[in-house]
Amino acid sequence: MFWQKDAETMPRAEIRALQLKKLQHTVNWCYDRVPYYRQIMEKSGVTPDQIRTLDDIRRLPFTTKADLRDNYPFGLFAVPKKEVVEIHASSGTTGKPIVGGYTRHDLDTWSDCVARLAVAAGATQDDISQIAFGYGLFTGAFGLHYALEKIGSMVVPISSGNSEKQIMLMKDFGTTLLVATPSYAVYLSELAKDMGVTGELKLRLGLFGSEVCTTEMRNQIEKNIGILVTDNYGLTELGGPGVSGECQYRDGLHINEDHFLAEIIDPDTGEILPEGETGELVITPLSKEAFPIFRYRTKDIAKITYEPCKCGRTFARMNKVIGRTDDMLIIKGVNVFPSQIESVLIQSPHIGPHYQLILRKKNYMDHLEVKVELIDSSLLDQYGALEKVANEIRADLRTVLGLDCKVTLVEPRSIERSTGKAKRIVDLRNLPNA
Amino acid sequence: MLVKQISVFVQNEPGRLSFITRLMGENQIDIRSISISDTVDFGILRLIVNDPEKCEQVLKQNGFTVSITNVIAVGIADEPGSLAKVFSLADENGVNIEYVYAFISHTTQDACIIMRVNNGEQAIKIFLENGVKVLSAEEVYHF
Repeated sequence: MFWQKDAETMPRAEIRALQLKKLQHTVNWCYDRVPYYRQIMEKSGVTPDQIRTLDDIRRLPFTTKADLRDNYPFGLFAVPKKEVVEIHASSGTTGKPIVGGYTRHDLDTWSDCVARLAVAAGATQDDISQIAFGYGLFTGAFGLHYALEKIGSMVVPISSGNSEKQIMLMKDFGTTLLVATPSYAVYLSELAKDMGVTGELKLRLGLFGSEVCTTEMRNQIEKNIGILVTDNYGLTELGGPGVSGECQYRDGLHINEDHFLAEIIDPDTGEILPEGETGELVITPLSKEAFPIFRYRTKDIAKITYEPCKCGRTFARMNKVIGRTDDMLIIKGVNVFPSQIESVLIQSPHIGPHYQLILRKKNYMDHLEVKVELIDSSLLDQYGALEKVANEIRADLRTVLGLDCKVTLVEPRSIERSTGKAKRIVDLRNLPNA
Repeated sequence: MLVKQISVFVQNEPGRLSFITRLMGENQIDIRSISISDTVDFGILRLIVNDPEKCEQVLKQNGFTVSITNVIAVGIADEPGSLAKVFSLADENGVNIEYVYAFISHTTQDACIIMRVNNGEQAIKIFLENGVKVLSAEEVYHF
């Protein structure tokens, strides 16, 4: 099944020709309309007319998350605000999010890109699609919503949370397709099992994203509720979901190459790596009007194959993201940088500068514990005072991260000191009952 | 008449109490009374010792978060109803008791009640006016 078969099965030579044409257009679009891009291109000594082959992309400088943040909120928009019809945003390290804008045409391309991966996974107009991503500034819920509506499926925009009701509606509406983070899907599948209703559910397909779906999670969901679990990939910076997704063969995520040009680079040297090698994924969207960007460093570690897939698609496939080049953590689908946590902890006079982050899975949901060292001896008179400190830090973290966590006060000098970053983060999510 | 109590922040982890009490022993600090209550993750250990300043210094040197708090100690007969009298007096005079613990004298067989109240001076005045024996620090350390 295809959504736009002509594009999705285009011969490689045609894909490359189209990519070159669109890359040239994108570079011109950026150069002509966004002063920042003109400036960094001038600094790198490159002009749009020097992009004569796809290989010339290596002449262009990279764009990083820091560049986006420096141009917050609309500094990289390439169209007047009146042409922007929608805004989405991600969480940001200092409370300032990365903001993406969409023209009407961008929304149309976006929903086609997501529709392709939904159809590749098996979605049809007969599906009843329950979207259990949180609606709001995040791109996930709206991206899947627009696409599934476009396909003609019946969309149930329930958003995340309220799990018993999710199960009730799944049963009553006869939901066949679930959109969620993999960890929430595992949780829902466990809950359905506990409620003894799995036999009454008509679920057959899961489109999961915004965090990596491990093989263990996939097996667990499939065991609990017997559905086909598929993974998809996208970033707010690149417009949200729709960059790539798995087909029913689940042998890598098909990149929508007519809209996204992917490179794998050596994160240290910035050099492009040969096909099949593992490195940092760098993406250039090729169809963006409102928020164009070139050579965006995703910091995600992946590899790409250009072998055609059994499904008939000719688009290159990336494997599941296997790591990060920075210290970003994905907790309950939310991107978290340790520096965000640091910025909160440093404000409290009651605790020391050292901390430790402990990640666990309980009921297949991520839980974050932040350990901090209590140094203020004036608080020892009453438990209430200590609890208040912990609660205040927790509330501040919730504001900055958009995520609840447990704050544990520990003795001074009890957190292991080390020169590296690794020790500050203890990720036990792959260990059951940790 | 206030008595100095040591408060130590302790993680709820095996071996912490043994470590602290061993430090006391090695430094010739005599613990007269000890109390610990805990939440899930941490506890506050409260100690009455013969040398609070030294105790604080030793614990600080070993990295603990420590404070000295003033508490009240009263000596009462170890018999039914005597503690009720003390608490009733506090209650009737608006003195709020935050926490309390006790030990028995090895010389007189009296009970020493250590309490932290919201208004120490006021409590001492009331106890003295009503014939409750308020103990000095020296008396507590040698109780």
